[in-house]
Amino acid sequence: MDKCIGCHTCSVSCKNVWTSRRGAEYMWWNNVETKPGAGYPLTWEDQERYRGGWEVSGGSLRLKLLKGPGKIRTLANIFFQPNLPTIDDYYEPFTYDYQNLFNAPAGDDQPTARPRSLITGEFMEKIALGPNWDDDMGGSPLYAANDPNLKGLSESQKEMLTKFHKLFFFYLPRICNHCLNPACVASCPSGAIYKRGEDGIVLIDQDTCRAWRFCVSACPYKKPYYNWANGKSEKCIFCYPRTETGQANACAHACTGRIRFVGVLFYDADRIEEVAKTPDERLVDAMRDIVLDPNDPRVIEEARKQGIDENWIVAAQNSPSYNLFKKWRIAMPNHPEFRTLPMNFYVPPLSPVLHNAKAENGGTFDSESMEFFNSIDKMRIPVRYLANMLSAGNEQVVIESLKKQMAVRLWVRQQRVGDIGDSAAKAALSAVGLTPEEAFEIYKLVSLGTFQERFVIPETHRETMTTVDPRLMYEKRGTVGFGSKKQELVSRQW
Amino acid sequence: MDNVLFGVMPYILLMTAIVGAIWRFRSNKYTWSSQSSQFLENKTLFFGSFPWHYGIITILLGHILGLFIPKSIVLWNSVPLRLYVLELTALALGFLALFGLLALIYRRLTNSRVKAVTSGWDVLVLIILLIQVVTGIGNAILYRWGSNWYVATAVPWMWSVLKLQPNVDLVANLPLITKTHIFNALLFIGLIPFSRLAHFVVINPYKYLVRPYQVVRWYRKGGPTVNIVSYK
Ligand code: HEM
Ligand code: SF4
Ligand code: SF4
Repeated sequence: MDKCIGCHTCSVSCKNVWTSRRGAEYMWWNNVETKPGAGYPLTWEDQERYRGGWEVSGGSLRLKLLKGPGKIRTLANIFFQPNLPTIDDYYEPFTYDYQNLFNAPAGDDQPTARPRSLITGEFMEKIALGPNWDDDMGGSPLYAANDPNLKGLSESQKEMLTKFHKLFFFYLPRICNHCLNPACVASCPSGAIYKRGEDGIVLIDQDTCRAWRFCVSACPYKKPYYNWANGKSEKCIFCYPRTETGQANACAHACTGRIRFVGVLFYDADRIEEVAKTPDERLVDAMRDIVLDPNDPRVIEEARKQGIDENWIVAAQNSPSYNLFKKWRIAMPNHPEFRTLPMNFYVPPLSPVLHNAKAENGGTFDSESMEFFNSIDKMRIPVRYLANMLSAGNEQVVIESLKKQMAVRLWVRQQRVGDIGDSAAKAALSAVGLTPEEAFEIYKLVSLGTFQERFVIPETHRETMTTVDPRLMYEKRGTVGFGSKKQELVSRQW
Repeated sequence: MDNVLFGVMPYILLMTAIVGAIWRFRSNKYTWSSQSSQFLENKTLFFGSFPWHYGIITILLGHILGLFIPKSIVLWNSVPLRLYVLELTALALGFLALFGLLALIYRRLTNSRVKAVTSGWDVLVLIILLIQVVTGIGNAILYRWGSNWYVATAVPWMWSVLKLQPNVDLVANLPLITKTHIFNALLFIGLIPFSRLAHFVVINPYKYLVRPYQVVRWYRKGGPTVNIVSYK
């Protein structure tokens, strides 16, 4: 997350490919939000309000949405859903009346391009909300103060939001997590949403969706979107027409910050329920546990037995995701406490720590002493905040990652600048349980990683296994990517 | 006239409904949707959709019950108190549905966002439903006790239609309001496949109660069809 520059290249490439259609204008399958911030849709992380995700109730796993009577609640609320966000929680899509700039009759004033709603076509009094409204902390006391991740922070820490010189912020790029225990799938009364057996991509069958919209409410990340114009829900499809042929998905491919990595993970599907029930403190560890070591001969044998192709096994062995999440333990899921077992992992941001350490110590950062580990407590982005966001509140998981990143930095600095001292750098590494070789691997992947190292995506050779005519297999630009083959069906017919 | 309305039209409209539904489901499944507009407006919808659906679905079930167990209904009604309870409940549900429907219509007429997603079919559906509910309530209030004479007139007529020997005399002498109610119901049935009304011809949601939470599909030929995650 340190390296995300908040440029929104990912969002824009996604939008250009998939959601530049009527009814989808407001959708950002990929969005980047400034944290702390209210997010998109507003306060999506607040499950008191939206009731997204799962809870453990009486020893069994249950959708939060089904509080009370259970699945019957879905049928009782099918006519009107109390927890559904509305367009006002996202923003009313708009364009500007540019033609007026050309066509306005001569007059005393400059002609203006007034905003016009893309829903009603009417002029809008003012634009009250837009994509990424509170970008870079714009209006932070108003917006960011509502960030649900701020709970448990001390007053002085919260105050940082309003003090310019103490301000901290970073970016959170988000797509659908293609969860192992997806709440969207589990909530759909039509059974329209499914996880693909082969690659785990979660898709909505457009022909079966009946616009009941439970997925929108149930997904704690608010990643399925309701297309108000044609009455179907849609979501990120992980650019499957690209990944099936071994290409990186649009957002990852476009990333200027080179912060994105895509790789295969093997996991034990029989243990999903058990892992999803793990208490908060152990959730991240349990998620690391369910991911299997692709170099373990028993795992390889089992994979072959399950009919997994050889190129997938090789890809899993070279998977950057496996290394970052499980082997090096520096990446972690976003809000694991929602218990959907999300499959996007984030490396918590570190940079401002050093900066703050310098400021606090009133001088240059003393690289000889090991003070830097202590200074994590004083870091500018409170560990508590990161833990609320990335590890279900378990600060140790975050601290482990931050310390490792810091140790790798020291070690690399020693190699290149040589002002740390070999023994100090090595000591820093061993304090966090890394070998110099591992440190080099981390450095190589996250700083120098080539395209082939960052995106290890095996082809699925769909042409050999599909029951669909290969010519009809891949959708064109500007569709929902799956289901309807008819381009013209972008709005109501009946 | 009556022969056309209640002897011929039922077949035309029923066929339209059946053939139309099959045609739309096979050629145009993508458009089969409840076309929810809650995303654009959810305050008035609450006062419309809940009363409307709870009211109308119970009443419809009552009508269907009458069709299948007419004798039990008459038997139930033989005790005056039980008759009053049944009639009053039905009437209350009718008003509930009417209230909801009026809220829905008001919302369609006044909210500009909802207007943007309203098709001609929606308007037609709302008009037909309004006529249906108003004439239904009219029947209940003006001609007592509907649950008894419904069983004696419309039910045998419906059976005669279903048995392909339409007996128009059974309904020919009913009051105008009642006849409107019956014919409008036929229009309603004919309209089902060609409007958002298709949304209640759904089987899937009932399956939801018994299926496991998670759904996994494979595109590999001969891949495992069983769900790999089975908790409910
Ligand atoms: C299986 C039972 C039914 C289900 C699950 C169901 C569900 C729904 C849903 C989800 C909506 C969309 C509400 C929204 O805008 O969010 C809707 C709208 C509507 N339903 Fe139903 N419905 C059922 C039965 C019926 C029946 C029996 C009728 C009529 C006889 C009916 C008439 C309508 C009408 C007219 C609307 C449009 C309301 C508007 O103008 O926005 N529904 N229904
Ligand atoms: S993040 Fe994606 S897979 Fe997970 S619950 Fe939401 S929509 Fe479903
Ligand atoms: S994820 Fe990459 S492309 Fe997206 S905003 Fe961050 S740096 Fe830019």
